[in-house]
Amino acid sequence: MLAMLQSVLGGGIRAGTPILYATLGEVISERAGVVNLGVEGGILVGACAGFITTAHTQNPMLGIAAAALAGGLAGLVHAFMVVTLRSNQIASGLALMFLCLGVTSFVGRPYVAVKINAVPQASVPGLSRLPLVGTVLFTHDVLVYGAYLLAPLIWLLLFHTKWGLALRAVGERPAVAYASGLPTSLIQYGAVVSGGVLSGIAGAHLSLAYARSWVEGMSNGRGFIAVALVIFATWHPLRSVVGAVVFGAVFALQLQIQARGVALSPYFLDMTPYLLTLVGLLLMGRARRHAMPEGLRAVFEGVT
Amino acid sequence: MAVEAPSDGDHVYLRLEGITKSFPGVVANCGINLDVGRGEIHAVLGENGAGKSTLMKVLYGFWQPDAGTISVDGKRLDLRSPSDAIRAGIGMVFQSFMLIPAFSVAENIALTLPGSGVLLSVSAIRARLREFGSRYGLSVDADAKVWQLSVGEQQRVEIVKLLVSGARVLILDEPTSVLAPHEVTKLFEILQTLRRDGYTILFVTHKLNEVMAIADRITVLRKGGVVGTLPRARATLPDLADMLLGERELRAGSFERRDHEPGGRAVLELHDLSVRSDRGRTGLARVSLRVCAGEIVGVAGVTGNGQTELGEAILGLRRPAGGRVVLDGVDVTRRSTAAILAQGVACIPEDPLRMGVAPGLTIAENMVLDERARYMPFGGLLTDWRAIRREIELRVENFGIAIPRLSVPVGTLSGGNVQRLLLLRALARKPRLLVAFYPTRGLDIAATRMAQELLMVSRNGGAATLLISEDLDELFALSDRLVVLSRGAVAGSFRPGEVETVDVGLLMTGAAKRHEWQASPASSIPGS
Amino acid sequence: MASVARLVDSRVLIPLRLLGLTALAFVAVGAFLLLFGRNPIEAYGVIFKGAFGSGYGLSEVVVRAIPLMLCAVATAIPARMGLLNVGGEGQLHGGAMAATWGALTLGALPRGALLPGLVILGLLGGAAAAFVPAFLRWAAGVNETISTLLLNYVIVLLVEYMVRGPWKDPMSYNWPFTPEFPESARLSFYWGTRIHAGLWFALVAITLFYLALRRTRWGYEIRVIGDNPDAAARAGIPLGRYVLLTMCIGGALAGLAGMAEVCAIQSRLRPGISTGFGYTGFLVSWLALHHPLGIVVMALLLGVLSVGGDMVQISLGLPYATVNIIMALIFFVVLGGRFRKSRSG
Repeated sequence: MLAMLQSVLGGGIRAGTPILYATLGEVISERAGVVNLGVEGGILVGACAGFITTAHTQNPMLGIAAAALAGGLAGLVHAFMVVTLRSNQIASGLALMFLCLGVTSFVGRPYVAVKINAVPQASVPGLSRLPLVGTVLFTHDVLVYGAYLLAPLIWLLLFHTKWGLALRAVGERPAVAYASGLPTSLIQYGAVVSGGVLSGIAGAHLSLAYARSWVEGMSNGRGFIAVALVIFATWHPLRSVVGAVVFGAVFALQLQIQARGVALSPYFLDMTPYLLTLVGLLLMGRARRHAMPEGLRAVFEGVT
Repeated sequence: MAVEAPSDGDHVYLRLEGITKSFPGVVANCGINLDVGRGEIHAVLGENGAGKSTLMKVLYGFWQPDAGTISVDGKRLDLRSPSDAIRAGIGMVFQSFMLIPAFSVAENIALTLPGSGVLLSVSAIRARLREFGSRYGLSVDADAKVWQLSVGEQQRVEIVKLLVSGARVLILDEPTSVLAPHEVTKLFEILQTLRRDGYTILFVTHKLNEVMAIADRITVLRKGGVVGTLPRARATLPDLADMLLGERELRAGSFERRDHEPGGRAVLELHDLSVRSDRGRTGLARVSLRVCAGEIVGVAGVTGNGQTELGEAILGLRRPAGGRVVLDGVDVTRRSTAAILAQGVACIPEDPLRMGVAPGLTIAENMVLDERARYMPFGGLLTDWRAIRREIELRVENFGIAIPRLSVPVGTLSGGNVQRLLLLRALARKPRLLVAFYPTRGLDIAATRMAQELLMVSRNGGAATLLISEDLDELFALSDRLVVLSRGAVAGSFRPGEVETVDVGLLMTGAAKRHEWQASPASSIPGS
Repeated sequence: MASVARLVDSRVLIPLRLLGLTALAFVAVGAFLLLFGRNPIEAYGVIFKGAFGSGYGLSEVVVRAIPLMLCAVATAIPARMGLLNVGGEGQLHGGAMAATWGALTLGALPRGALLPGLVILGLLGGAAAAFVPAFLRWAAGVNETISTLLLNYVIVLLVEYMVRGPWKDPMSYNWPFTPEFPESARLSFYWGTRIHAGLWFALVAITLFYLALRRTRWGYEIRVIGDNPDAAARAGIPLGRYVLLTMCIGGALAGLAGMAEVCAIQSRLRPGISTGFGYTGFLVSWLALHHPLGIVVMALLLGVLSVGGDMVQISLGLPYATVNIIMALIFFVVLGGRFRKSRSG
């Protein structure tokens, strides 16, 4: 029982890492007033670019860098469509997702069965020997630590620096931000590209650490879950951690239940993350709407 | 009246000379001269449309004047943008505040401060807030979120923002229009303390009593030009009202009026209607009134005193916090908009383009919006568009609206034409109750006359009309009874013959108390 | 200068602009292919020859276009009032499941009774799948794009479960599919091709969509909501009711596509009955700017690309994803080309 708990929690933290990166990235983007449904695509290009780079260089760190770059490029496209061309945010995000799906399927085909040097596990010396907590918290790879350290860092940046203030102002009332002399378009570009970079890193963890392989479409909706999680976490970086871990735990639980041969269809288990997200959105209802950056209201609440 | 020089001792700090600014079709400012001294509170008085906002926006660098100069402390300024104005020490508080509601006061102020390192130093801002707060009575809780603040407190934040950025000339555009009376008192105290420290304050308003309470000198604007400038000591309320409104003959006054029996059936009754409004705007406070068949009840008031909420409550678009709306004896307080419209209610909305039409759809399609059930029977499968178009064309022609053809999108029409189409549409189905917001706004004289005639014809035909307008002439000419709406409450009720436009104007601007204007006990009861 | 701009913006030139920008997309993909050392002209040649080179190719284009048309209308109807339904995939599978249930349980009925019954089941299954996100939107303001996207995954997984569990073909060893449908549950083919009665469903649906938009009160009210929701509310149009109505009718049509796929093409339910018809249908609707006639054209165009995608796979060894890239790029250029005032953002 204890072992199972350890596995679920530890696995949860690990499985939640890509979701956390993607969610944090989307928090930044949405706080600046831009919704990016193309996060799903960002994860894919990150996973693919990271995998291919690692396969060729045998260096997973280079892979992570390539993934970040690829994700950033995807974010740049979305920023261009939405900030400069003023296209419909949701449709553009979906278009980006389709494009990334197509491109990565094309480019990644030769790499499907390839094996790579995965991101190495990096146990924290000393701390990893602590009973229970040790294995759960301190025996992961660099990217995992990165994600959970990034969350408070982003919180600090968003709420305690002038940059964060400016970014949030753009997401609340761009007219006021503009009147205060802020370069609103530039800020939005920066936010969306940053979000893209983080979604790319999410993909890197997926293909280089978690699954250690490349499969077409391997993100499997994690990007959309991340977008829903942002709402659920009321656009707050620290609350996103909770959401990501919960979802990771669900993923990990699936594996555990399957491994123990419980007579639950794996397909029902696979449904759980998505159903959970839906239920979460429903329960959240109109209550959390007040926490939404004002600039997003038009995007999310067009009609009724 | 001659323009009087600033009070002795103060040399001129701010001078506007010959400011002229026109927009297509209208001359907003014509040759305006204004001198303001240091440490002076100067009121710029004028009705809506007199050109005060334009003048202030020119001063703030928002617009460039066609002619004229602006000088501060003897130096001529070339203001091409608000940033130039801010640099010159001119700051402006607009009617709609430039604040982010979700941020705290400190964060809002931090936004306007130039780059001061990466980390936010809320404590530094708190210190400055305390400094200005204690000095000028501008204290606000630095950590409170702006949306939690009252409108008066938000305004104080706006003023602090100006002070922090180093403004010496403070322009306040209609600052009291959204304030409660005690907040107005507080604001005046603050302004007086600021004046003591040598700040120059321009106070733009249309409210006579406030001008008398706070200003050192008063400049009256009318129709884009200066009527006169005088020190407060020499001004009296009647004089100011006169300068403000000018000589008024009722425009081509009378209409053929068919009399209705007194005590005719009430089509619309509001009983103690209270409506909460969006943050910061006046709702309705226990409003009661009656409109009978064949009667026009005019609602006079400055926009923003509850008219929007009144219309929304009657139409079922906003749930009242208390009271009842009764149509033809039926309580419709919580009914849907569709149900209320089906009872024979028609509306001409405040913002025709934004609220009344679908700009992408054709004129013909828009004209049937109010009467879908009639024009599109059997789910619309048997709609005879040709007949509909012919009917609309005839009506439009009779009303004298020139449109190329009915198949153009409504978005391509001028605002005035949209206004007139909406009037036609509302009256076409012979409503039992017509709620008309500013029905002649933006129309020229001929079109206005035609619209007003249509309203009278509708009235004579038995329709009950609630006419909401800022145009006193129109209200006096058309209404059978007049109600004044101020700060969400009925400030007075009478027949047009019983009072002068000036009196109503004063009531509208909160200058006079209700009881001063009741001619007789009988007429003081709404709807007698 | 202004008059030129007005001309360029005029409605007449919209199809031309679309065409021009689509060509741009092809050029972009051509460059992409060059990057990978493939000959774009060759690839395009194969794609178009695949579609137009033979009678069979042409008929396959139509076969592909059928579910695309239905799923496109599933997106178009809510889109006309400003809702973004990306749930075509899930709604299609919902209809497929409902029809499968009917085929497997009511298979004894004569064809004349069974087929109409299956049509109704397909419609109901799709509508049910769409009802959940519609209800969430109406009652709790949950954004329908996100909820339909999530639900897609759920419903497809449900199909995976059903074909391996309760509906598994007992005689199929371990293959995940249902027993073959009885003859009475199968839609017939026409003219020696694989074109099936689903074509009539699609054409009827599009025609009804067109007529409803232009000639009925409901279409009118939906258009008003899409143009100015505020004015619509003030005119007493019930917005909430239309949220439910448009989503459910759209879902029903996507469900019909699912029914047609299992009853005509597949003759049974299995994973993979849809190669992204729901998402491609969403694309078709957007490329057609949600207009019924444009949907027919765009569905055929994407059908050509789909058949071409198979061909490049077979003849040139290029992945099918090549045509997905083309489709996505066309979507981008249409979005960026500012063909209508953007609703949000």
